[in-house]
Amino acid sequence: MDAIFLQILNGLDKGGAYALIALGLTLIFGTLGVVNFAHGALFMLGAFCAVTVNKVITLSAKVRDESVTFFEAYKDVPYLEMWLGDTGSLIIDWSIPISLVVAIPVMLGVGLAMERGLIRHFYKRPHADQILVTFGLAIVLQEIVKAFYGANPIPQTAPDFFSGTVNLGGLIGMDLTYPTWRLVYFIFSMGIIASVFSFLQFTTFGMVVRAGMADRETVQLLGINITKRFSVVFGLAAVVSGLAGLMYTPILPPDYHMGMDFLVLSFVVVVVGGMGSLPGAVAAGFLLGILQSLASMTEVKSIFPGIDQIIIYLIAMIVLLVRPRGLMGRKGVMED
Amino acid sequence: MTNQKNGISRRSFLKGSVAAGAALSAPALWVQGAYAGGHGFRNDPTNKATVTLGFNVPQTGAYADEGADELRAFKLAVKHLNGEGDGGMMQTMKPMNLKGNGILGKKVDFVTGDTQTKSDAARASAKRMIEKDGVIMFSGGSSSGVAIAVQALAQEMGTIFMAGLTHSNDTTGKDRRRYGFRHFFNAHMSGAALAPVLQAEYGDDRQVYHLTADYTWGWSQEESIQKATAAQANWKTVNAVRTPLGAGDFSQYITPVLNSGADTLVLNHYGKDMVNSLTQAVQFGLLDKQVNGKDFQVVVPLFSRLMAQGAGESIKGIIGSTGWNWSLQDAGSQAFTKSFGQEYGFPPSQAAHTCYCQTLLYADAVERAGTFDPVQVIKALEDHEFDGMGNGPSLYRGADHQVFKNVLVVRGNQNPSSQFDLLSVVDIVDRDQVTYSPDLYAGDLGPYKV
Repeated sequence: MDAIFLQILNGLDKGGAYALIALGLTLIFGTLGVVNFAHGALFMLGAFCAVTVNKVITLSAKVRDESVTFFEAYKDVPYLEMWLGDTGSLIIDWSIPISLVVAIPVMLGVGLAMERGLIRHFYKRPHADQILVTFGLAIVLQEIVKAFYGANPIPQTAPDFFSGTVNLGGLIGMDLTYPTWRLVYFIFSMGIIASVFSFLQFTTFGMVVRAGMADRETVQLLGINITKRFSVVFGLAAVVSGLAGLMYTPILPPDYHMGMDFLVLSFVVVVVGGMGSLPGAVAAGFLLGILQSLASMTEVKSIFPGIDQIIIYLIAMIVLLVRPRGLMGRKGVMED
Repeated sequence: MTNQKNGISRRSFLKGSVAAGAALSAPALWVQGAYAGGHGFRNDPTNKATVTLGFNVPQTGAYADEGADELRAFKLAVKHLNGEGDGGMMQTMKPMNLKGNGILGKKVDFVTGDTQTKSDAARASAKRMIEKDGVIMFSGGSSSGVAIAVQALAQEMGTIFMAGLTHSNDTTGKDRRRYGFRHFFNAHMSGAALAPVLQAEYGDDRQVYHLTADYTWGWSQEESIQKATAAQANWKTVNAVRTPLGAGDFSQYITPVLNSGADTLVLNHYGKDMVNSLTQAVQFGLLDKQVNGKDFQVVVPLFSRLMAQGAGESIKGIIGSTGWNWSLQDAGSQAFTKSFGQEYGFPPSQAAHTCYCQTLLYADAVERAGTFDPVQVIKALEDHEFDGMGNGPSLYRGADHQVFKNVLVVRGNQNPSSQFDLLSVVDIVDRDQVTYSPDLYAGDLGPYKV
């Protein structure tokens, strides 16, 4: 029983990442009608915001290491530690939460620039054109990151405060030890999802966006510049994906290709959830994350060897056969 | 006679066919030219002032850190061969026929390639080195899948491959090749060296869970550790799970360990995979657990200082085996560490050590053979006894092209005295204890002349 709980928890943090990317994808598709294959690249760019901030605050001086006598060895001592002592070390330790503050405006800017500079020219073009241009854009962004940071993963560490484990089983009499940061990630993803839904549900801006998603022409006839609002939604989706990537860096060391790895899975999540359905994307994200984790259990794999590698695609096939529009898909979306 | 529909006449079609035929046969003509020296072997440098070596290492992928260190060692070896720097192990190597004037008086030049830790990319890169850059020998590694793939190419092309870091039994076992040589130790030797230490440290009758990189090296190591610990201490395998190379997030593989009844986890991972899996195993609190009345233990059969650096705190106290460590006190190790440290500002890894040794051993064999002819060089390397290279008296066994030398059992250092003092040597296992019959992993070396 403990094992099942653990795998569910495991699936929840992975599902959190899937859900956040799929949420952004669905937002863009639901508002602008664009199938954005560059969305995985936004997840990756967010992760590299954390890498960049970490690199900046750990800029170091080379100091002779006297403990090595064989040859002249040097240690990297960050300037922040030299100047601020323990406070400097604390700032470095908290580089990931600090980079959240930096990433929000950066990702918003990247999203707006992407939408205004390129994607808006493809609104009235066929989906195939949109897929090609956004896929091309994703490759360009990947290669830019690769040119700056190299091809190898760059490990990031969570603050010391969150680096241990928590025993979740105390309350229910089970032995459920779980890494703190993974729990933080799950709570964070739930927070972001709740914020996005609240924003769309309880603000005037959100109300207009929802109206635009339902009937764009009528909203425009009322004199509302819906295109401008949809651009902001694109920026918002970029921020959501970027933050998802940033917070994931202590779990998976980021490299230039990480976005592409998540993108394919996230598209499956969107399709399973139902194209254009925000709750569907979130529900499918968590569902597939959990199923993927449960499929890795020894008991399951002893019956179906290799099932953990294909479970997501298997579920997608079944859902599409039984419910062709996905779990919560609406009629008429992408059916023209 | 003109085909109006396509606008192609019979004559232009024939002209085009001849041109295409000539173009397609051109590479074959160039390859033939590679033998033009008339000495009957590829890329003969006899009439050239320099000799070119190829260093084919992973510059990207899960083993990129090891690849970068291998490249540093190769460059240092070339420097020493050309008489620059302090000579490193050329001061301690025995027998020693190198004069510091290149190889057979020819200045050593080199080209590099990126294997990307992928067999197909590694083969393409090695082929380019042989056909385009005219290398007389190539080296490198960090993945047994890659080493086995390029070793087969070496045999096809008649160019010697001095393998870098490759630890699978298959490299000098069922996939051994006449043109391939391995200085690094292998999974069988890790098992033979580790089993007595693991028994002494963790006792008999443990229940073991293996997480294994899903390719030749992982399978090979899993099998060797299982056999050695079962025979030595009656350790039983509860489960052995294969994980994809470069998986990154191993959590879904680690959580099932917690409830499997296992009291020991063996991580058959290397490079960044090992750094990630070990870090995550520690994050999930495995080392704090008690199972079957015993403290839970994690074993990493093959690890290096580079990995210890990546894993940080997680590696402390973990036992594994390694081919070589910079802290060894023999003259060869000290000379190499000093030379490497002065050049780069940090000590070499085991990957760097094996690549440096391989380059010197090849060059020395050429000097002893008095020719670059690979057949004669192979014969000079086979059953060659040498010393002064950091692992005590060593043998390049002719039957399988495997070096037999001392193996180190190490532990992640609990109290490092410097930023590089990450592994403490638990035991130096004698070469005789890890030697096995060449027929144990039977294979066919293939012919000398190809």
